[in-house]
Amino acid sequence: MRNVWIICQKELRSYFVSPVAYILLIMFGLIFGYFFWNALGAFVFESIQSQMSGRSFPMNLNEWIIRPLLSNLSVINLFFIPLITMRLFAEEKRTGTIELLATSPIRDIEVILGKWLAAVLLYACLLLFTAVNFAFLFRYGNPDWKPLLVGYLGVFLLAGALLAIGTFVSSLTKNQIIAGAVTFGVCLLLYVFGWVSGYETAAWARVLSYLSVATHIESFEKGVLDSKDAIFYLTVIFLGLFFTARSMESLRWRS
Amino acid sequence: MIKVIQLTKRYGRTTAVDQISFEVAKGQIVGFLGPNGAGKTTTMRMLTCFLPPSSGTATVAGFDVLEQPLEVKKRIGYLPETPPIYPEMSTAEYLQFVGKLKGLSGADLTKRVDYACARCAIVDVKSKLLGKLSKGYRQRVGLAQAIIHNPDVLILDEPTAGLDPKQINETRDLIKDLAGEHTIILSTHILPEVEQTCEQVIIINKGKLVATDSVRNLQARARGAESVLVEVAGRQGTLEPSLVLQRLERVAGVSRVLCKQQVDARAVFEVESTKGSFVRGDVARAIVESGWDLNELRPAAMSLEEVFLQLTGTEAVSEAETPVEVQAL
Repeated sequence: MRNVWIICQKELRSYFVSPVAYILLIMFGLIFGYFFWNALGAFVFESIQSQMSGRSFPMNLNEWIIRPLLSNLSVINLFFIPLITMRLFAEEKRTGTIELLATSPIRDIEVILGKWLAAVLLYACLLLFTAVNFAFLFRYGNPDWKPLLVGYLGVFLLAGALLAIGTFVSSLTKNQIIAGAVTFGVCLLLYVFGWVSGYETAAWARVLSYLSVATHIESFEKGVLDSKDAIFYLTVIFLGLFFTARSMESLRWRS
Repeated sequence: MIKVIQLTKRYGRTTAVDQISFEVAKGQIVGFLGPNGAGKTTTMRMLTCFLPPSSGTATVAGFDVLEQPLEVKKRIGYLPETPPIYPEMSTAEYLQFVGKLKGLSGADLTKRVDYACARCAIVDVKSKLLGKLSKGYRQRVGLAQAIIHNPDVLILDEPTAGLDPKQINETRDLIKDLAGEHTIILSTHILPEVEQTCEQVIIINKGKLVATDSVRNLQARARGAESVLVEVAGRQGTLEPSLVLQRLERVAGVSRVLCKQQVDARAVFEVESTKGSFVRGDVARAIVESGWDLNELRPAAMSLEEVFLQLTGTEAVSEAETPVEVQAL
């Protein structure tokens, strides 16, 4: 556990002493801020409309703002996760520092967990920006906070799964661009696998749709904590890190 | 301290290291010598548990590299060919990170970082970023990281590659300095380095062990017999080399005399004596007593370079197509 933390600290340091972390934070903040501003604008417009037309049912902040934004968030993930994970192993392999890690008295799995944890923590920093936006809703309205928390949990689990996939891809190459591009491609595919369920009900379509990371986030966005979906993400995380360990081991045999 | 038995590494169909066996005693400093692509790096990587051997075994301080890699890694300090540094860290941060990786903590860690900095003369760059350091400093930081946990064994892969002559000397001195406390294996293809720093040499070529012996024995072995170079000058501006030749041949113990070159009244002779007999004094006396001047008398020691070429065959060095050394991952 101590070794995991040593590696994690080192990774966090290198995110934050280089401009990487700050650029990601700023871009994420800008993009999400814009999404939030739009959602809020639409909400205000709609509520004025509905008042003018005489309908008086109260519009729900969770329904109108939080849920669509959480759904947007999982799309923004697609772009940011490859940027977070692409350097994790690729850079160490390119500069040869992997040799230092591999010849130190520390297990491969500790290196992998440390790196993944650092990526998750950086992602958590990004999520803090979204919390700043949501804080306005609580200041001026009274949305329900429980579905929001469940939604956050879902987004976090989804990100953890994609980060594990990115970690694995990064361990396959010493070229960061390749690692980033492949991670993006894989994440995007996993995202759109769910589309087939729209027109096809055969077994293969159901399997494909089940594999989609997007189908499992829906329940969380609605504020429903479904253990099936949580287990799906935890499984992806486990498999991603497991394959990373195998990949690191095969480095030694092939090299 | 290190025991290597029939160690073999194959990559697909090529055999990078072929059944190498050797032993290194505690406290020794051993030169691992071979042309580029001979399998030096691969062997070192197997010793440091970075690569698993295809067959054969190696033990470091009694621990098997395959069975107990963590124990082996605790006892080894390793400097790869390019120092494994993180450019965005400062020297002190880096050494602390490596120290923690190797299991140090607290006051012990601070103490060892200070010690390694002092030992490798990098105290003045302690707060500088590694990315901004010169090659010589990086190399020394690399050495500092290797000794940080006071390992029993130091494995240094071409520690002087790419340094300028002054830095090379400093690094060699540093390594010699460290020899007392650690058992050291250093690889190189630079021969004087071995002559200057090492007690023991292991020569490998094309993955095979060619020779393993002490530096002195290897030189003697290649030479076979002791030989001395003598420069003689005539007193009256003339010199008859054949007379000198005859006189020298009569000295007891001398087996052969050759006139290497002659310029005016001076000539250089190579005097070979049967192994072990010590003839320099007699040779000098014979020349002086015969009325010639003795300008110079020195042992014609064969450099390790010649031994090396003799052992690995000249083609090993001049070969156009040297086998590709295993790339860093």
